[in-house]
Amino acid sequence: MQKLGEFKLPHFFNYPPYFTLQPVRDTREKQVQLWKELIIEYCRAQKVFIIGLEEDFPLFSNRAIERSLSHEARVAFLSALVSDGRAEWTDKGHKKCLILWHRIQEWADLIVHFVKENGLEDNVMTVEEIRSGTESRGTELYGIDRSVLMRALKLLEHKGKLVIFKGTSTDDEGVKFSL
Amino acid sequence: MAAGNYLPTAELTASGRPVLYPGEIESSLLSSVDLLSEENPNFPHLKSGLLILTNHRLLWLPNSTPASSPTPVHIPLSAVSHIFSLKKSIKSVFSTPRIRFQVSVTSEGRVDEKGLRSIVITLVLRGKSDPEAFLGKFWEALKVRAWEEIKVGASGAEAGSSSGPRSGEGSLALRVPVVGVAGILRKEQEMWESTDKSLQDAFQDLNALMSKAKEMVMLAEKMRLKLLAGSNNQATGAAEDELGTKEEMQDWLLSVGIASPVTKESAGALYHQQLSRQLADFVRIPLERAGGTINLIDVYCLFNRARGTELISPDDLLQACSLWEKFDVPVMLRKFDSGVMVIQNKAHSDDEVFARIRSLVTKPDALQSGVSASDAAMTLGVAPAMAKEYLLTAEGKGLLCRDISPDGFRFYINLFQDINSDDVYL
Repeated sequence: MQKLGEFKLPHFFNYPPYFTLQPVRDTREKQVQLWKELIIEYCRAQKVFIIGLEEDFPLFSNRAIERSLSHEARVAFLSALVSDGRAEWTDKGHKKCLILWHRIQEWADLIVHFVKENGLEDNVMTVEEIRSGTESRGTELYGIDRSVLMRALKLLEHKGKLVIFKGTSTDDEGVKFSL
Repeated sequence: MAAGNYLPTAELTASGRPVLYPGEIESSLLSSVDLLSEENPNFPHLKSGLLILTNHRLLWLPNSTPASSPTPVHIPLSAVSHIFSLKKSIKSVFSTPRIRFQVSVTSEGRVDEKGLRSIVITLVLRGKSDPEAFLGKFWEALKVRAWEEIKVGASGAEAGSSSGPRSGEGSLALRVPVVGVAGILRKEQEMWESTDKSLQDAFQDLNALMSKAKEMVMLAEKMRLKLLAGSNNQATGAAEDELGTKEEMQDWLLSVGIASPVTKESAGALYHQQLSRQLADFVRIPLERAGGTINLIDVYCLFNRARGTELISPDDLLQACSLWEKFDVPVMLRKFDSGVMVIQNKAHSDDEVFARIRSLVTKPDALQSGVSASDAAMTLGVAPAMAKEYLLTAEGKGLLCRDISPDGFRFYINLFQDINSDDVYL
């Protein structure tokens, strides 16, 4: 089994044509689908939130077979994720892509679950505590991208489940849950 | 004028046109030309006249015709022994172009082909002219030696010179001085003449052909009109052989490049039908040698080379191929998506090729590293370009998929369709 870090790679990762953007429609559709799933799985497992197109993303190359995705291919697969609502371009130049292996709504649900699990319904926490505090260790929230967290929190705030306020110090914001 | 002593007079018609010898054709006219000899001040200096180059002579005619104007003169080309090439220098760009040539003269200085001495005559081209072009024509006229043909044919009109150039050359060699610049130039001229004899002959043939061309065209026109007339008043019960002749006539006319007089609506002129069948026969062997598929361009080259002279145009070839659908021939024209056109054996069907491709890409090393166009070419027995077309077509059908890398353009068997997302891990 080939691995990328701790991540188990599928066997077709060694199939050279997998790394060439296929022109034939049906073949392309299948290829795109496989790549979309692979990207999501990898990002979820490695907790990768941002993929930089001009950086060396380990998933996009296979040194064993000496192949790597062209820029065009990377854009194609990421754009497909964006169309699915599972990713977003963070800049107009499409140089960085935010991967939502959980959609914002899913993150929001995870936050609610987390709060309930830890009996924090009436508590106040800082944003930073949510993403790196002791309670979140071992949960999916641990290490969440801050902007994603903020968006999820804002979504919940909009639903009246919590209130975000500026903290006393200049560095962090706080959240008061009212689930 | 003393011109008469040096240069033979040229006869003019009542309206001032030169009287030409039989077979004499004008080839170039230049205005405002001076004729003189720089080395002999006694030689007449003829100013600003009309210079006419024919295939027999150089004529100089005075510009106007007052009584005092010089007499028209000529220099027979047979007296010209050498033409100097144009001097190209900075000076020559800004000065009036001059053409110099050497002529044989008698001891008195009179221009004569049998003369033993020589002088250099200069033409100053003061009018609008293309000296290079004129020189070219001058050379050619000298090469062709059209006046000799006439002299030989003439019924002993000229004694001595009608015995042919050979004896003339022989006696020439004894009497002509071989020292000095004149001698060197003469030797050069003789050498050049002797090595170029076959070229001269060829030119004579060409000239003869060209003179017949006009007659040919007239004849062809007559036939065409006759054919048109014939087809117009042909009764419905026309005799079989009449029709046959008519078709033969059409064939012949088409083969000399004259468009068929039959209207375009008639189903493919006979020429194309015949060509189509001939092509189908011809292409059989090259097709086998090429493994069942040949690029249309290659067929074009092979076919024309085989035909030798009656070459066909690319358009003719295309039309001939497209007519195959109407006949029962074992070959077909096939156009790939990329635009490439090939001639294919009907037996050599796509399915058969794809089956062979599939077996090729499922071999162990192909499964690992795919196949290139050249690999496929070897297996299929076709040219690499053809193989690539087939591989691309197979890709389009979902049989193969591509792998582009620094190693090149390769094809693998398409496994994408078989990959099951749930079953991805070994």
